[in-house]
Parts: sequence; structure tokens; C-alpha cells
Amino acid sequence: MSDGNPAADLGCVGIDLGTTHTAIAEVAFDESGVTRAQVVAIPQLVAPGAIEARPLLPSMVYFAHESETALALPWDASRDYCVGEYARQRALQAPSRVVSSAKSWLSNTLIDRRTALLPTAAPPDLERISPVEASYRILDHLCEAYRSLEGLRGELTDKDVVLAVPASFDAAARDLTIEAAVAAGLENVHLLEEPQAALYAWIESMGGDFRKHLHVGDVVLVVDVGGGTTDFSAMLVQDREGELELSRVAVGDHILLGGDNMDLALAYALKAKLEQAGHAVDQGQLLALWHAARHSKEELLSRPDLDKIPVAIAGRGSQLLGNSLRTELTQQEVESLLLDGFFPVVPLSARPLQKARTALTQLGLPYASDAAITRHLAEFLCRQAHAIPRRESEVPSGQPNFLKPTALLFNGGAFKCGLFRERVISNVNDWLVTANCPPLRVLPGEDLDLAVARGAAYYGAVRRGRGLRIRGGTARSYYVGIESPMPAVPGIEPPVSALCVAPIGIEEGSTCDLPDQVLGVIVGQPVTFRFFGSTVRRDDRAGTLVDPILPQEIEELAPIEIVLPAESRSAGDIVAVRLQAAVTSVGTLSLEAVPTKPVNPNERWKVELNVRGEGK
Amino acid sequence: MLRRAVTNPNVSFIQRLALALSAFFRILASSTYAARILRLESAQEPARAAPDVTVQPEKPARDLRPALQVLSVLQHEGRLVDFVQQDILTFSDSDVGAAARVVHDGCRRALKRMVKLVPVHDDAEGHSVTVPAGYDATSIQLTGNVSGQAPFRGTLRHRGWRAQELTLPDIIGDADCLVIAPAEVEL
Repeated sequence: MSDGNPAADLGCVGIDLGTTHTAIAEVAFDESGVTRAQVVAIPQLVAPGAIEARPLLPSMVYFAHESETALALPWDASRDYCVGEYARQRALQAPSRVVSSAKSWLSNTLIDRRTALLPTAAPPDLERISPVEASYRILDHLCEAYRSLEGLRGELTDKDVVLAVPASFDAAARDLTIEAAVAAGLENVHLLEEPQAALYAWIESMGGDFRKHLHVGDVVLVVDVGGGTTDFSAMLVQDREGELELSRVAVGDHILLGGDNMDLALAYALKAKLEQAGHAVDQGQLLALWHAARHSKEELLSRPDLDKIPVAIAGRGSQLLGNSLRTELTQQEVESLLLDGFFPVVPLSARPLQKARTALTQLGLPYASDAAITRHLAEFLCRQAHAIPRRESEVPSGQPNFLKPTALLFNGGAFKCGLFRERVISNVNDWLVTANCPPLRVLPGEDLDLAVARGAAYYGAVRRGRGLRIRGGTARSYYVGIESPMPAVPGIEPPVSALCVAPIGIEEGSTCDLPDQVLGVIVGQPVTFRFFGSTVRRDDRAGTLVDPILPQEIEELAPIEIVLPAESRSAGDIVAVRLQAAVTSVGTLSLEAVPTKPVNPNERWKVELNVRGEGK
Repeated sequence: MLRRAVTNPNVSFIQRLALALSAFFRILASSTYAARILRLESAQEPARAAPDVTVQPEKPARDLRPALQVLSVLQHEGRLVDFVQQDILTFSDSDVGAAARVVHDGCRRALKRMVKLVPVHDDAEGHSVTVPAGYDATSIQLTGNVSGQAPFRGTLRHRGWRAQELTLPDIIGDADCLVIAPAEVEL
């Protein structure tokens, strides 16, 4: 049974910690190999005093008021908060006491993600929690719920756990996700990018047949539109000593845009219609419209034979007759609002519209200012034109250069609507046809809501050598801002260049070269550096100095902080250090400051990735 | 069947049905009557248990909370209780229609989650069907001119419904579930 690793024979669990919903799946091992990934229904409070296991756990936390009855669970009779379905219901009734979209906050570089700020509209009696703690509470619920399941499944904390995160998560957001997992007691945890998880789920569902669908030279585009986020990735199929090998060659930016935005757009359209007809629509009814819009949308988009469907919502009181509002949603409205609003037919040259950032408030999520997913996709494919090394001769002059996918895998609940899938396929095919490329092959995905959890569980088996592994290493290169040694000019920011400390593609468990450039750090005082990331600068090596910093290539992240303890040195001294990056076995980036003249052998200090400094 | 005929030789089914219905409402309405029935029930127990036979474990009190729970879910998601409790006669068909859509939409989704419903009979309604000898009388009911010997030829009027799987939330602790919908007070 045991081969040294206590988790080895207990199977692997995959967790999709989604913006709107969370799901888990598991695989088990036996003599004959690996079982198919099974989704595990998660017990959760569905009403006070009632618990039910459902495949999806809404990623929300509700904090009861002290006057309310305890939100008792079979394993805790006196609990004053809950996670899941009942929290989702309370979000409609008492929104100021509910934490939602914690994951989007976790990747928000404009805030300190360890600060207690959620829910943002919390009443005075409610103690806010940080985005990290919100994620911890959801994971902790999974651990408790898993323990309560029938059959001797054991403890989640004893298993190998693979946690899926957006490919667009930066190093700090990945770090914080691990922090939340460790707080929940998950010790054997590994990170996996969600689009990779979706592809693993597809490979798993195909059995051995995936080789019939993928060929050497294929570029698989994964388009993942979930409840709250949109994520793109591209994987290249290569030949390695006669075997297929998959590498993730490109990831997109973090786009806060998803199915919820679509439903809300419809809800506002319905509200406008009702108001035009002379009905007042209050906040509660708007939320009911939001709810109704989701179902009506799915119904209408799956039934092209219907011109319109009625939408009715109830008033709040017990008098249903006479207080229900009725309107209609037409096929034409859905198509113009959703299809043309979120998936317009655009040329390859289209780019997302950027809103001026002046209105950006400190305490809000940086939602995508352009809802058109196809425009974001056009930008992604063009920015990643060089993701696959090609000889110059392969790109005919005068033609737009872009990353040309040959196959497409959809993921995320939004793509339950066939029309959305068709629109993405036809728009990408338009671009391919202009470049004289063959049209996309669409990989038959299944289970758009649950594939990430299943793929994550399967990846647990792959990590033990039982299946095809997607390679690729880190998705971004990372840079530290270095101020140029020029005399300061009042009112003008000193020019900053970017020193590469970690190139793209570092594999788990490996360490980067030490750059030559030296930074000065004051002993005993926290020193903050600006920190940057890029998903496109593939040729940079540790030590490359980039100047100027082009915003279309390099994105500023939350700053990093180095504190040298005054143990073997005197406070106030300036010590010259170099920054060395490594990728841990868990899949997080670790940065260490290595002094050029160490006092002790192996003297080095951890660099804090998750700080929100003052000003720059 | 045989045993019932022997123990109750004189009471017909219709008589028993009438007695059961009236007893049901009287038990609900009158605690004195309920107490009498209780005494009657407990008096029967030792009589039935023969001295040399081991005592059968007493049947646990029926837990009716799942029924209340279903009602609560249908109200919560489909406003069923609101709909049925309101006087419908004074409202126009368009008002009834708007409300019915709310009820239908919510109840349909809630039912779909709680119970897997399948037709008892797979043929189309209106078709001629044959009911064989030894048919399951709980799942097929003969109507009209009920006489003669099996197999019976007839027309399928209603396909019937069968609950194939039931999924209800577990009740935590000893909540009585009597509140179908809480009163809402907005602050």
C-alpha cells in the first residue's frame, strides 16, 4: 500500500474554486490503473435546517446577524456563517452580509489582498474578512463537507489535491490561493491552470482516442467563459521521440467578464421594458429578473423555433395574483444584446475598447470595460503571434500575423448556449480563412460546468505518471522596476526600466539563473520595488533589462517587498542583493534576495509578493 | 387480502374508507378523541403480542417533516402556497397567467431537482392498450366498464406518473419544519 507518500494510495481530488461556483471531483487508483474522474456532490445548507449535496457549491459566504438562529450544520450546531446555496439565496435578500466573487478580489492588484474588506458594504456589526480568508472559508467548507460524506472517503486534507486557478492569475494571486488552501489544512496541494484542466478533462473523457483528434503541429485554443471570468490559453501539440507532447504556449490576460454579466445585461433590458409599460421595478424585482433572465436565455437560445418567451416575476408579498409582472424576452433581443454585445463579429484588427481609468474607485473590481469577448480574443491571438517559433518565410508579408489555432475547446457554463459557440467558431474561422488557413476543428467538450474539477482530479493522476502531461512552465515573465540613475525632475516620474528576474516557462521545481544586476536594500526596513509581468516577452532571460516598458507588453503588478532582518547585520546598512526566482513544487513563484557578500553560507531572504505599497 | 378478510369479516372497504376519513379529521380536531384512539392503539399492542412470541419493535412515530419540506421548497421556489391560498376568482386571466408562469417555472425546476418523474405507461394517450392478467393494480387503474377477465383491452387515458428517484435535503437536528415560509421584514 504505502510507498513512502501517505497520500499516494488515497486517490486525487481536483477542486475548481470558481468565481461563482465551486466543484470537486476525484480519481482513485487500483491495480488496473486509474478510475474515471467522478464529480463529488458537496453537502451544503440549502435552507436553514436543511442540508443537501449538490454538484455545484455557490462560492459565497453569508454571515448571519446575531439575532438570527444558528446556521447549524450536522457537524457544527452553533455556526454563524454558511457557504453555498443558502448563502446565494441570502445574497438576494441581505446582500450586505454576503461575500461573493472572492476570487476576483484575490487577483485584484489594486488592493492588499490580506486586508479585511469583504463584504465591501458590510454593516457596522459585521467583521469584514480578506479575500484570502473568504477563499479559505470556501475550501474549509469543502474539507468539512467531504468528511461528512458517506462511504469511507477519508479526509480531504490527507489527499493529493489539485487546485485549479485561472491561467491569467499572476504569481501573487497563485501564492494567496495556496495560502488559503494551507489555512484550510490542505498540505498536499498543487496548482493547475483552468484551461489546462479543461483540456485534461477532454483527454480523460476521450480515453485513448484523443490521439485521433490531435496531431503534431495542432494549436488548441481553449476559450473558457465562466460565471465571472474569461480566460484564454493555447496549447501546442508536438512530437517528442515519437510520442505526442502538449505544451501550453500562451495565456491571456485576466478578464473580469462572464455569464453573470450577460444575465445582468438582459435583466436591465427587461427592467427597462417593464418600466416603459408603466411598472415600477424595485431592487428585489431586479434581482428576480436577473435570476429569470438566466433561465429564459438558456431556454431561448436552445429553442431557435421560439420567437419570444414570456418572463414573469412575482411581487415580494404573499399576494401573487395581481402582483406578478409579466413581460417578454424575444429571440431578437437576446441575439442583439448577448450575441452582438458579447460575441460581435469583429475583424482581427479589433481591440477591446479602453475606458478612461479616472473613474476607477479604489474599492471596486476592475471589470472589463469592453464586454465583447471576440474583441478580447482577437487581441489575445494577435499579441501571442510569436507564441510558436516560426521561420520568417512562413509568414507571408502583408498578412496579419497572429496565433493561428487549428482546434478549439470550449469551457465554462456560458457556452451551454450553442449560438455563442457557433459565433466564436465562425468568427475565428473568418480570421483563419483570410490567412489561408484551414478552419478550426472543434473538440467535443462535455460538462462545461464540471470539466475543470474533473480535469484537475485527472491531473493528480498525471502527476504520478499516469497520463499525458501538458508542459509549459510559468505563463509569465517577471520583472523588478529599476529607477534610472538620473537627476530627479520635479513633477516628472523618474524613468523606470524592468529587470527580468524570471523568464517565461520555468518548470516546477527549478531555479532561475542569478541576474547580474544588484539592488540595494536597507537592513531592518521594508523596501518596496515595483513589480511587473509579461505574457509575451519570451526571449527575456533572468538579468535582461527592458527599457522602455511598453504597456502592451508588460503589465504592472502589485509591488514586492524585501525586509532584511537585522540579525547578523546592523540596522540601516545598505546591502547589495540579487533576486533569484524559483518555481516551487506546488507551482508558486518564489523570489529570494541573495546578498552579494553573504555573512553566513546560504544567507538569503524571502521576498514578499503580496503587498500594496503607498503610492507607486 | 385473505388475512384482512378474516380479521375484519363485517366491514366493507367503503365503510372502512369513510371511517378512516372521519377518524382522521376527528383526531386532528379533537385532542380528547385523539387520546381515546391512542388508548385504543396501546390496548391492542399487548393483546396482539402472544405470550410466547417475542415483542415486535414498536413502529416509530411517522416523520412528516419531509412532506412539509416539499411544500416549503415549492413555496420558496415556485410560490405554490401563495398561489393556491389566494382567491383567484376576482382576477383576470392575464393576472392568473402571469402568476401561473411564476408558479410553473419555479415548481418545475424544484420538482425536477427533487424527484425524477417518469410516465407509468409508455404508450401515447388515446391509444389502445392491453392490460395483461396479473397486472400491477397499484400502477394501473381500470376505469369505465370494469368487468370480465384479463387481458383487458382499453384506451390509455392517462399515462400516469411514477417517482423514480427522490432527493430531499436532510433535516438537521429536530427542527419541526412547520414554518413553510418565514414572514419577511425588510429593514
